[in-house]
Amino acid sequence: MHSFGYRANALLTFAITILAVMCAIASFSDNFNSPSPTSQVQVLNINWFRNKPDGDDEVSMTMNISADLQSLFTWNTKQVFVFLAAEYKTRKNSLNQVSLWDGIIPAKEHAKFYIHTTNKYRFVDQGSNLRERDFNMTLHWHVMPKTGKMFADKIVMTGFRLPQAYR
Amino acid sequence: MGFIGDSIDSLKSINVRQALEQAITLGMIVSSALIIWKLLMCVTGSESPVVVVLSESMEPAFQRGDILFLRMGEDPIRAGEIVVFNIDRREIPIVHRVIKVHERNNTNPIDIDVLTKGDNNDKDDRILYAPGQQWLNRQHIMGRAVGFLPYVGYVTIIMTDIPIIKYVLIGALGLLAITSKD
Repeated sequence: MHSFGYRANALLTFAITILAVMCAIASFSDNFNSPSPTSQVQVLNINWFRNKPDGDDEVSMTMNISADLQSLFTWNTKQVFVFLAAEYKTRKNSLNQVSLWDGIIPAKEHAKFYIHTTNKYRFVDQGSNLRERDFNMTLHWHVMPKTGKMFADKIVMTGFRLPQAYR
Repeated sequence: MGFIGDSIDSLKSINVRQALEQAITLGMIVSSALIIWKLLMCVTGSESPVVVVLSESMEPAFQRGDILFLRMGEDPIRAGEIVVFNIDRREIPIVHRVIKVHERNNTNPIDIDVLTKGDNNDKDDRILYAPGQQWLNRQHIMGRAVGFLPYVGYVTIIMTDIPIIKYVLIGALGLLAITSKD
């Protein structure tokens, strides 16, 4: 009952249980954080807009993306993954979400940013439905903790529209 | 040294009934582990409720050896979610993020095309999909990552890379179970 083996076993089990409880508490403490992020997106220029040989529309644009995501960071946050998606509806598809740009914010100091960029990923439709299409620019973020539950949310910015004709 | 001596002594004094009791205890432990695993599968709705991250394609968020908790609800798959999927010719599930979603209107069951990409990769996953496959559909996706624990899964990676350790560990555990006095 008091051999080395039993004592080592008891110690190890206890240590692992305590560690698991600490991880759970750390994750639970994230619920007390009420974030208030802000964001703004401007489409500066439509670089080109064409119908590809395989039949799908494609558009390239330059945008200004600015956001303040500092309130999302807690002591249990490892990084925040942020991406901007163009979301629109067509006759055949009830929802299309196309990620145009993404970035990783490793620390609170970098969470307030302003970037000027063309779309990192190609904005391609399934078909030829983009002319005069209304779309939303939604900034999504994914908070990755050091341990525990991951949180995701978004800000929807409406009022964007693609041109009437290819150029 | 005394510990090994004790084990050898108890091995010598073993009788049939005691050995059978040990075997039953061992069987109970293995069965309860299996029951808990199957229960987790039911509760989370996913074929594999827990996966170990094997590649560096999602760094710096997920390192090799981290454990991901999965859930597969009826909710629609949306951009930004981290999903686990299987490609036909590969047996290892891949954990990447959804970057494009095209969901068809008014179909039942929901018809959806999904494109994924690892955060740390430059290109999207089309090169990983089966030849000719441009999109993933709902049936390819096994679950969504909802939480994670760092480093815990590294034991699994060590056991896969150096199989000897797996056998040594199981052998030692079996020996321990048989020779323990209760």
